[in-house]
Amino acid sequence: MLTENYEYKEHYDEMLDENGNCRPHYQAFREALETFSNRKLHQLQYSTDKAQVSMGMTFNVYHDNKGIEKILHLDLVPRIISGSEWDIINRGLQQRITALNMFIQDIYNERKILKDKIIPSELVLSSSDYLEPCIGLTPPRGIWCHITGSDIVRDKSGKFFVLEDNLRCPSGVSYMLENREIIKQAFPNLFASMGVQPVSDYCGNLLSMLQSLSTQVQPNVVVLTPGIYNSAYFEHSYIAQQMGVELVTGQDLIVKDDFVYMQTTKGLQQVDVIYRRIDDTFIDPLVFNPDSMLGVPGIFEAYKKGNVALTNAPGTGVADDKAVYAYVPRIIKYYLNEDPIIENVPTYLCSEEKDLKYVLENIEKLVVKETNAAGGYGMMIGPKATKDEHEKFRKKVKASPRKYIAQPTLSLSTVPTLSSKGIAPRHVDLRPYILYGENIKVIPGALTRVALVKGSLVVNSSQGGGSKDTWVLID
Amino acid sequence: MLSRVADSLFWLGRYTERAENYARFIDVNFNLSLDLPPGIREQWAPLLLATGDNDHFLKLYKTVNRENAIRFLAFDERNPNSILTSITKSRENARIVRENISKETWEVLNDLYHYIHDLVKKRVWKKEDPHSFFNSIKKQIQLLNGIAYDTVPRTQGWYFTRLGQFMERADKTSRILDVKYHFLLPSVEEVGSPLDYLHWAALLKSVSAFNAYRRVYGKIAPTTIVEYLVLNKYFPRSILFCLINVETCLLEISEYKGRGYSNSAEKAIGNLRADLEYADIGEVFEFGLHEYLDQLQIRLNDISSAIYEQYFKIRPNLVADSQSQSQS
Repeated sequence: MLTENYEYKEHYDEMLDENGNCRPHYQAFREALETFSNRKLHQLQYSTDKAQVSMGMTFNVYHDNKGIEKILHLDLVPRIISGSEWDIINRGLQQRITALNMFIQDIYNERKILKDKIIPSELVLSSSDYLEPCIGLTPPRGIWCHITGSDIVRDKSGKFFVLEDNLRCPSGVSYMLENREIIKQAFPNLFASMGVQPVSDYCGNLLSMLQSLSTQVQPNVVVLTPGIYNSAYFEHSYIAQQMGVELVTGQDLIVKDDFVYMQTTKGLQQVDVIYRRIDDTFIDPLVFNPDSMLGVPGIFEAYKKGNVALTNAPGTGVADDKAVYAYVPRIIKYYLNEDPIIENVPTYLCSEEKDLKYVLENIEKLVVKETNAAGGYGMMIGPKATKDEHEKFRKKVKASPRKYIAQPTLSLSTVPTLSSKGIAPRHVDLRPYILYGENIKVIPGALTRVALVKGSLVVNSSQGGGSKDTWVLID
Repeated sequence: MLSRVADSLFWLGRYTERAENYARFIDVNFNLSLDLPPGIREQWAPLLLATGDNDHFLKLYKTVNRENAIRFLAFDERNPNSILTSITKSRENARIVRENISKETWEVLNDLYHYIHDLVKKRVWKKEDPHSFFNSIKKQIQLLNGIAYDTVPRTQGWYFTRLGQFMERADKTSRILDVKYHFLLPSVEEVGSPLDYLHWAALLKSVSAFNAYRRVYGKIAPTTIVEYLVLNKYFPRSILFCLINVETCLLEISEYKGRGYSNSAEKAIGNLRADLEYADIGEVFEFGLHEYLDQLQIRLNDISSAIYEQYFKIRPNLVADSQSQSQS
């Protein structure tokens, strides 16, 4: 038996319950898995690796000057989520995105939530992601966060929690799509028999959403990338290809009389909608970072005049600030008068005195994060860190409390994963993708990130994590 | 089409064609060395001279021998024209325009890139018989061209890639012809000797023209070989054939249907194509083959510059200029 020595007991395992019985939605898959030999699974894994290299599914690692391309390890064994579990995620994310979007519109316009003192004004307005040039703006259809990739985890009881909202240029969706292509081919019969919801219409939905932001009959949509040295370049070009639109860099675009054009072999051609994969402050050197070589001078003025749509809208990042995150349950309550369907992970705000004291006293038990860093950078996992690191972070937190939050160490759920000794449980998180256009659509699939090392909780691709295909079943 | 994308597609075509030609040259030269009578040493210097990389080679290597030449021409990342560099750049350009090329062509090119990097790791230039590697590289590029032929729509992007490919091929055929000029024959008696025959046959084989040529002319003779490879209208690797295709690509891109030309690139290529179309092989030899080919290469470079000016050049951002002036 492949899963004979499966150590499921310490955490919430998504295949086996606490008594070692298989959960119903994993039953068919587990039976099929047992018909494979360990050797056969490793052969399939080998073909999977090969397929990724061949497709050029590579990313460049930040802080790596050589620009070496690496593949994100794709684990052969898919992660399975039942239709009823998915229902919670679907409803919970619709609710959350609706509320967050109302929040962003509010803080750049009427500021009701601040006047009502639901969130300290100081906390929002002091955020480096609160962009003053956006004050008084309402983007097309009043939508700010068109594309989101929320990070979700499960605790010891199996309950879902949102860990991060990722409202600015979330990456990884190409892996959700390409992983499906590869894993479907590794288990063709099994896949067909399980009843898995399709994800392949993501790019079609994305294009419709982007087109809906322009009043033109046939809007010219483009994807704006920082270029081939960006770690997510593969994804930028993949998305442009799948939508059948141009992939442009800043130097291809030009602003004339507050309209944006691209430089083609037949002269200038107007651009109506830009799915930008560069950070807010890099989009226009005239308004934001003057040293930006990636952006387009004058583009913000064109955006303000309504001559071009930008997704996600500049300024959205403020709702993604880790300090603002702590208030999301209150944001949901305030705008929708509902309790959150998916809860937050308990969060200590170092800017609040009581929380700060707790964090400094218990730093070795907590995960400390910088409020505006992403990708697992600028964070410390207390139980795994050394005494020196604890001390270093105590000093950092004391020096600038607004820059840090802390959360208890989570025990992420585990799922069956291929290891050198057969199938073993490994910790995972879940990143579903949400599109907000005429309505909010949560794509029934996700990027599952997996910590490949036994016992490890770090799933970030830039720090040695891998990925999995995620099968959401039709119930 | 974006100017930057057109630029990348053009170079994608050029670099893959360059890599294929280098694989051909090395393969044929290697084969030629097997046929040489005892006592005659295999020659790699002419190939280095013909590709225009000789000076660079001598800076990096002490002696001209097979191992060094193969390493330099095929696998040396320090050589900007080696097969390794060309395929790396070709793939780099393909990555830039990946949304513009078919999935199948990308995958073949990507596999080729990994294949060549594996060969470098294995230091294959040290092997007794590296013949099979070059054959394999050539075949993979032909596969790439074949897949593109059947999967890429005939819109601007296709013509920019083909434009690059034919510009490169015209240049490389002229250079391989020039190899013959650089072969240092021991004496006049060598002309018409078995060794001379071997050289000319190798030259034809390097451009896959051996059988096609014999069906037209039968006998191996320098004048008719040069005539075939420079002035033949029908053979896909002859210089005139390449120029005709360069002109066709440019006219497809501008969609100009009138007489003559609509821009300076079209004017320059029309001029050069006509010169070859109406040329007589006797005149070529009178002018001197080497000098003739030299002239041709200079005019090809001028055409490249004209194409760049017409289609690839990116203009500076207008708003940035006017605003920074009004702010100061």
